[in-house]
Amino acid sequence: MIKLNFKKNISAFIMLISLVVIAAVFSILSDGIFFYPRNIAMLARQTTIVAIMAIGMMFVIVAGHIDLSVGQMMGFAGTVAAVLQVWYKWDTAPAIIAALFVGILGGVWHGYWVAYRKIPAFIATLGGMLIFQGAKIGLGKSMSIAPMNESFAKLGQAYIPAYIGWIIGSIAVIAMIISVIMNRRSKIKFNFQTVPVGVDIAKTIGITLVIFVAVWYLNRYQGIPMPVMIMLVLALIFSFVAKKTILGRNIFALGGNFEAATLSGIKTKMNTVIVFVISSGLAAAAGIILTARLNAATPAAGDGKELDAIAACVIGGTSMTGGVGSIPAVIVGALVMAALDNGMSLINLETYWQYIVKGLVLTFAVWADTMSKSRSE
Amino acid sequence: MKDTVLEMRNITKEFPGVKALDNVTLEVKRGDTHALVGENGAGKSTLMKVLSGVYPYKTYDGEILINGEIATFHTTRDSEKAGVAIIYQELALVKDLNVAENIFLGKLHQRGGVVSWDKVYFEAQKLLDDLGVEVDLSKKIKDIGIGQQQLVEIVKALSVDADILILDEPTAALTEAEVELLMEIIRKLKAKGVTCILISHKLNEVMEICDRCTVIRDGATIGTNDISELDEDKIIKMMAGRELTQRYPDKTAVIQDRVMLEVKSLCKWSKEDDSKKILDDISFNVKAGEILGISGLMGAGRTELLMSIFGYMKGRQEGEIIIDGEAVKISTPKKAIELGMGLVTEDRKKLGLVLIQSIVNNATLASLKKVSRNGVLNADMEVHETNKFVDSIGIKTPSVDVQVQKLSGGNQQKVLLARCLMTKPKVLFLDEPTRGIDVGAKYEIYTLMNELAAQGTAIVMVSSEMPEVIGMSDRVVVMHEGEIVCEYSRNEVSQEKIMLYASGGCND
Ligand SMILES: Nc1ncnc2c1ncn2[C@@H]1O[C@H](COP(=O)(O)OP(=O)(O)OP(=O)(O)O)[C@@H](O)[C@H]1O
Ligand SMILES: [Mg+2]
Repeated sequence: MIKLNFKKNISAFIMLISLVVIAAVFSILSDGIFFYPRNIAMLARQTTIVAIMAIGMMFVIVAGHIDLSVGQMMGFAGTVAAVLQVWYKWDTAPAIIAALFVGILGGVWHGYWVAYRKIPAFIATLGGMLIFQGAKIGLGKSMSIAPMNESFAKLGQAYIPAYIGWIIGSIAVIAMIISVIMNRRSKIKFNFQTVPVGVDIAKTIGITLVIFVAVWYLNRYQGIPMPVMIMLVLALIFSFVAKKTILGRNIFALGGNFEAATLSGIKTKMNTVIVFVISSGLAAAAGIILTARLNAATPAAGDGKELDAIAACVIGGTSMTGGVGSIPAVIVGALVMAALDNGMSLINLETYWQYIVKGLVLTFAVWADTMSKSRSE
Repeated sequence: MKDTVLEMRNITKEFPGVKALDNVTLEVKRGDTHALVGENGAGKSTLMKVLSGVYPYKTYDGEILINGEIATFHTTRDSEKAGVAIIYQELALVKDLNVAENIFLGKLHQRGGVVSWDKVYFEAQKLLDDLGVEVDLSKKIKDIGIGQQQLVEIVKALSVDADILILDEPTAALTEAEVELLMEIIRKLKAKGVTCILISHKLNEVMEICDRCTVIRDGATIGTNDISELDEDKIIKMMAGRELTQRYPDKTAVIQDRVMLEVKSLCKWSKEDDSKKILDDISFNVKAGEILGISGLMGAGRTELLMSIFGYMKGRQEGEIIIDGEAVKISTPKKAIELGMGLVTEDRKKLGLVLIQSIVNNATLASLKKVSRNGVLNADMEVHETNKFVDSIGIKTPSVDVQVQKLSGGNQQKVLLARCLMTKPKVLFLDEPTRGIDVGAKYEIYTLMNELAAQGTAIVMVSSEMPEVIGMSDRVVVMHEGEIVCEYSRNEVSQEKIMLYASGGCND
């Protein structure tokens, strides 16, 4: 049983190893600066934007489609928020809601063409990408729009005070313990075999340690960065959606076998639209955070970011043919990409080398994954 | 005395958590047609995949001798070179290529890297003619029926000169006439000196065409005998380890007066070509507790009928559908399921299963509401509900978390059945429900059908196996070219009558 489980998790395992290797290499090359609390906080912040987009992208890819528009959607939504706030003096909350609304509309647009008009997602979202890019530049009049209100900028720049960090960490641990207990209870109720109590306890202690070490480490600098907190909450919510809800199951079935899903009574069109709404909505959220972090919206914001999101998904083991994907793995994928960016900047590697290295890592990561899968057959 | 062409010695093959083969031994004589039979999941397909190099040398224990020499196949190409050709149970054709391209896939006739299409078509046509198969070479695989696909698969396997031809359940999807054709092909091959290994759950075929028969059970060889020493009952006893006195359980359910499904003058036109009528003025009804059999040849419109009523077939449709006394419009399968209908499709791979997902996920797919609260799934409840069916219809698996694609063909079919039954349908459509299922499991499924009928379910069963239609149905209707041409009650029906009407021989 444990052997089986290991086989199932082998790609997650490989991914973690490669993350450790990357970290070790940069740590050595940068004389340890890579692991300074300050840099770790920075790395965490860099991960968030791509990670949030990658969460949405995972749903799209799992459903058997692709969304090329997320980078431009992110830039466009960020510009919408900035224009409304800087030029039209909107408050932070309405500006954010408007930007998210733009994201959702964009998703409905793609979903409509893909689900109801049968346009391949690649084309529909390529169109969307150009449209949003144009809209972004036109709306912002090719200018940098700044500065944002302080309350807005906080979303991207603030740190959560140390003591609140500890409280959040503790809540997370308590929630986890409760869920482990409920899980055992439910298993007993259905007369299923439960794993030995020791295993559950060990697992709980392990995760508790990880949470507390992370909080402690980030607190050594200024605390948990706000965007990281937002990303973690989103990851949690959408992980739940993917694994534990009817919606998530429908999406996975849709990508696994469209016809079978239809014949099982799943509303395939509706679900397809939802998938694109999730993707565009999260891209807009990423755009808001980006604008907050830079304290400005720029005409080039989001350019090429769709590729980072796709890369994070692929490194995270999401199957390009649909039906397979996991959010924690995708987050690790985003972390790998961000760690590369961060590390290479730290050691002052020239930009062109950075592209080449990222390309190579992407290729090798996927290759290692396919190899391990065919091995375990 | 014939010499031995193939010997497999002490073959053992393990998958994570399952020992699929345990010291299996198989000896096949030159020029024989050798049957390999056993229950679902016994290991037949696995054994043949070992032989054909799908599972490379050294991923199994034991040895293979071909013509007395040890064979070490690392790929299927190696085995092809050694004269072993295989037709897999799960068809392996490229859906978007046409028939001719599929037949010569990977070995297209070419000169200097340029394909000579004329030669490809010429050779392909010659192969078809040799074997007496009629298919349109330029049609894409996805546009022809499963039966025809099966024939293409056979032609493809024969496009290389094979000494040993393995056929893994080739007849599961074929109609009576196509089966006859296949039998004829096998006889021709035999006359040419080709050795065939035939896997089949249809024991009458085995008795008819094979010379010897090997039975395996739970991954172990039970025995090999000359066919003359065997009969169907003996084979079943070897397969199951117990006797099966009856093929069809007695039906105890009473047919109630309540009409659960009534279809009135249903007409359907093709989605691509609006002038083409697929279903013509179909009317029938099924009562609670009744089993209605629909017989007919491939292409008679039986599957289209079920799919149209179920809201899956697109295209113009006229006529009335009344469920349990209420006239309904069914535009999507979702609607049909909500109205209490269930459908088990004939094409489990394409239309039925999400192969990469687990047994649980597949089984609960149509009843997610039942295993959730406010849209949130209860994983333990899912397993609990699935386990009920794993027990009642006997899905052979180490755990319900296993991916469906790792199950044997017959067990995949059972998962599909489980999904449909979990919705507790009032009206149940079964399209070839026992395709690829072993004799013992068939009996269990028949029993289950009778139980459902006794609980008041109305069942419509499409089947190409005439004994099954006759043995299970209270009433049989026969379809021909989109029309219902006749109807018989349980006492009147006979194989001859069905054949006559199904082939259009009695069109009045
Ligand atoms: N790739 C795989 N991974 C894990 N288990 C497998 C795999 N392939 C087959 N099995 C298991 O090996 C056993 C034998 O399967 P096999 O397909 O050989 O059965 P079969 O005799 O052909 O049955 P059927 O009549 O249903 O086709 C089954 O228990 C099946 O679940
Ligand atoms: Mg098989």
